[in-house]
Amino acid sequence: MSLFEDIARILPRMMEPLSATLMIFVFTLLFSLPLGLVVAFGRMSRIKPIRWVAQVYLLVMRGTPLMLQLIFFWFGLELGGAGFSRLQTAIVAFSFNYAAYFAEIYRGGIESIPVGQHEAADVLGFSKSQTFFRIILPQVVKKILPPMGNEFMTLVKDTSLAQVIAVVEITSMAQKIQVSMVSLMPIIVAGIFYLIMNAIVSKGFSLAEKKLGYYR
Amino acid sequence: MSVLSAQNLKKSFGTTDVLRDISFEINEGEVLSIIGPSGSGKSTLLRCVTLLERIDSGRIAYSDLTMADTPEGQSKAVYSEGAVLQQIRRRFGLVFQNFNLFPHFTVMRNIIEAPVRVGKKEKKMAESEARSLLEKVGLADREKAYPCELSGGQQQRVAIARALAMQPEILFFDEPTSALDPELTGDILKVIRDLAEEHMTMVIVTHEMSFARDVSDRIIFMDGGVIVEQGDPAQVIGNPQSERTRAFLSRFHKN
Ligand SMILES: Nc1ncnc2c1ncn2[C@@H]1O[C@H](COP(=O)(O)OP(=O)(O)O)[C@@H](O)[C@H]1O
Ligand SMILES: [Mg+2]
Repeated sequence: MSLFEDIARILPRMMEPLSATLMIFVFTLLFSLPLGLVVAFGRMSRIKPIRWVAQVYLLVMRGTPLMLQLIFFWFGLELGGAGFSRLQTAIVAFSFNYAAYFAEIYRGGIESIPVGQHEAADVLGFSKSQTFFRIILPQVVKKILPPMGNEFMTLVKDTSLAQVIAVVEITSMAQKIQVSMVSLMPIIVAGIFYLIMNAIVSKGFSLAEKKLGYYR
Repeated sequence: MSVLSAQNLKKSFGTTDVLRDISFEINEGEVLSIIGPSGSGKSTLLRCVTLLERIDSGRIAYSDLTMADTPEGQSKAVYSEGAVLQQIRRRFGLVFQNFNLFPHFTVMRNIIEAPVRVGKKEKKMAESEARSLLEKVGLADREKAYPCELSGGQQQRVAIARALAMQPEILFFDEPTSALDPELTGDILKVIRDLAEEHMTMVIVTHEMSFARDVSDRIIFMDGGVIVEQGDPAQVIGNPQSERTRAFLSRFHKN
């Protein structure tokens, strides 16, 4: 059996798992990026109980394994009768988990903006939300690009954890084909899939950094 | 009527009394300089009258608008509602020691952002006003530059233009030349002198004694959170009455 035939047998079976992996990646970002901002605001709130809730959230989400959280959400949502599919459940768990990491990155970025920026905006009469969205956030985005790039790349690889609640994603499918084919090829193909995705992510971030490199 | 009136201002941080019963007024077209040793409360005073800090007690009013007042028999200042404070913010401008330009905006955008977003001015109009302000501060050709491409002196001149773009009735300066190399201070001082000639109402905290003497109508010497001496510039700088003022000024005459 030739190498080419092997790959021709593997690739078609990988398409559906690939779409599951991509769905987890895209939807997790879609939900966790804004949710992280809310958590960051909670963590920085002047109101003590809100700050406390945010801190507990951050501790739980970052202090327990994502795999455990996936299992928890699967059975939790099942018991609650939410009627979520395995893929949807994975997206929910990933979103809550990644929001915690994003929140801490946002907070670091927001706190690194000199207080003089807030003061200059205040004196000019900008409202709190104008100050945040027009003056502070654009500067935060530039500062947090490198750590965000790391998180995005980690997320690409973490999608493989979804197999613990039987989501058929790239890694679990590769393993399944590998057993039936008795060949390393499926594993290598899966690895190449992740590499390509992360090369794109990485390229995207360096383009963004270049685009925002026009100041300071 | 005075543009700004401050009466019996008191402010402490924890157990440190930073402003201890400060009263002063400033009239339209007047230039007032505030001098005094570092730590005497000059910045805190400017920050209190620009709403960056809140006073503990006393009264602050911008002509007909009261920012804060302390009711008879009470010890805590009560601030006016947000809408009034926002109206008051439109009346003053503040130039910081370290400029605080917005680094992600061009010079033009730094200047027009507040007139357009806060003042609801038409963009074209704001831009043409910004251009004449840039001309005034000697930066007519730099509207497309980013702050990081400018020298400190140029950044400070943009900051002045940015404050002027909101057409304030009174402009505060907190040591506008202290973060600059000595050879760059001249440009800033010239801009402020020009404004004084146009009868812009200004309060300037500065360590530039000869500049303060030339440009001011009145000088306040502050030390330890109180106004030790105030009056005519020639009087306060040339012939100070207080021993503390003399001691402070002697440090400048030596070098
Ligand atoms: N936010 C603050 N918290 C605590 N202390 C402060 C704060 N701001 C100023 N101070 C103190 O108030 C005093 C006066 O400071 P400042 O107004 O900056 O003086 P100046 O501008 O005359 O040098 C100093 O002792 C300073 O340490
Ligand atoms: Mg100061």
